[in-house]
Amino acid sequence: MSALLFYVFGALAVGGALGMVLNVRNTVAGAMSLVLAMVSLGGVYVLLDAYLIGVLQILVYAGAIVVLFLFVVMLLNLRGEQFGPERLAVGKVLGVAVAVLLLLQLLWLIPTFAPPAELRPGFGGYRDVGMALFTDWVLAFESTSLLLLAAMIGAVVLAKRKVD
Amino acid sequence: MIEVIVKMLFIVLVMMGAFLPLITWVERKQAAIMQDRIGANRADLFGIRAIGLLHPAADVLKLLTKEDVVPRGANRVLHLLAPVMALVPAIITLAVIPFGSVYAFGESALNLVVADIDWGMLYVFAVGSLATYGAVIAGWASNNNWSLLGSMRASSQMISYEVTMGLALVGLFMVFGSLKLTEIAAAQDTTFRLLGFLELFGVVAALPAWLDWIRLPAWGVFYQPLGFILFLTCIMAENKRPPFDAPEGESEIIAGYHMEYSGMRFGLFYTAEFLEVPVIGALVATLFLGGWAVPFLSQETIIGGVSQAFGVGFATGLCMILHVVTFLVKVVVLIWLQMLIRWTLPRFRYDQVMDLCWKYILPLSIANVFVTGGAILLAEGLR
Repeated sequence: MSALLFYVFGALAVGGALGMVLNVRNTVAGAMSLVLAMVSLGGVYVLLDAYLIGVLQILVYAGAIVVLFLFVVMLLNLRGEQFGPERLAVGKVLGVAVAVLLLLQLLWLIPTFAPPAELRPGFGGYRDVGMALFTDWVLAFESTSLLLLAAMIGAVVLAKRKVD
Repeated sequence: MIEVIVKMLFIVLVMMGAFLPLITWVERKQAAIMQDRIGANRADLFGIRAIGLLHPAADVLKLLTKEDVVPRGANRVLHLLAPVMALVPAIITLAVIPFGSVYAFGESALNLVVADIDWGMLYVFAVGSLATYGAVIAGWASNNNWSLLGSMRASSQMISYEVTMGLALVGLFMVFGSLKLTEIAAAQDTTFRLLGFLELFGVVAALPAWLDWIRLPAWGVFYQPLGFILFLTCIMAENKRPPFDAPEGESEIIAGYHMEYSGMRFGLFYTAEFLEVPVIGALVATLFLGGWAVPFLSQETIIGGVSQAFGVGFATGLCMILHVVTFLVKVVVLIWLQMLIRWTLPRFRYDQVMDLCWKYILPLSIANVFVTGGAILLAEGLR
């Protein structure tokens, strides 16, 4: 059952990712494909017993971040013809190169990875992740939040300069 | 497997088959009573009017037979999908809401919740955050500026209130120490001494014994009164019904995000909004009003008392029915409360909606977290 669900969610995630790349000129449809990919990824995480990550994937990425993407996309309201002709930029070549490199790395690493035979009770739950986050990794956690705060203040300052 | 399907059918049929049509009737009748009118009573079947109870059926028939219009220039696929995206989250939220306790029948145990998962409240938040897409996509796909304005308002309003909705509940999670809805409901199936906090915080060494009789049910609303008000405000804002209907805003942007919808597709948006009312009722009842718990009569008391005369099996069955009925009564009370608010308050202006969220509810809910944390630490330190 869970193997079947894994293939369903996996196929949906890949389909969503493909849909996003192929819908590059129809930005809203692209964003909705991204939502599909995120929700399916959340399902895959849940199947891997990483409940908290799975549900946060849906809550944060699908439920909040992509909504903000959509907000921006809709405000700009770009239609197909406003994008200009397609061209082969350096960024695209680099992007493909990085993607291929990542794929090769994964193909090399996955066979060497042995999952633990048995998970400890409570693995991947909010208690487990919360304890790890606020004891062993509290410094990294707090510095990340400081970084996000700085980014937020930066965005407000930049936006305010334009308004003034 | 069969057990799960039966439970699913029960909760969905009660919510969509009974509460949903009744709410469309209650909405009209309660408004009429509050405004000293008679209200809808003209739909009749062979001359029987049944105090307007036939209106829900007439509404559905009307919506089903109307033409389904897709405006020119609209994104056809997304325009057709948006009403479904609005409705599905409301239905699947029901999966984690317990409508009864766990009952032991001989060897087997019956747990009256569809999915008893550890991260139940996180699931509710995640599903609720997906509800934004219905409104946002509907407005964009309609290719209409008023609709687009409506979906802009919907997305910013719902994103903002999601943040505070989570924060308003943190205090409750700290009190009950769980995100599991069944655990939260079961923890409220008891009572506490009204003045017990004096002893807990060391104001007095020991309370006189007769004060033990002054008790309250151990409901979330008594532990977290501020959290209750903040959460109810936030979740009603998520519902987008008046007084938070800025995304619709008839007087400013005509009908907002669902302006270009007709027939049953428009009906689906309304179904989603109306279905969210009992779902909100069920959620708030579970978190703050003890869920299935009968006040002052815990499950052991009921089963213990009845089983002496009629046997354990009958007592357990009776207790189960009593719990389900109690839960539904609490949901009805909360529906009444939501209707009362909806017909009492005029619509907030759009900037007032955002001010309320970020300038009042957010600081208050953070303060609530700190006060709750301080109280818990103080009580544990003295114990």
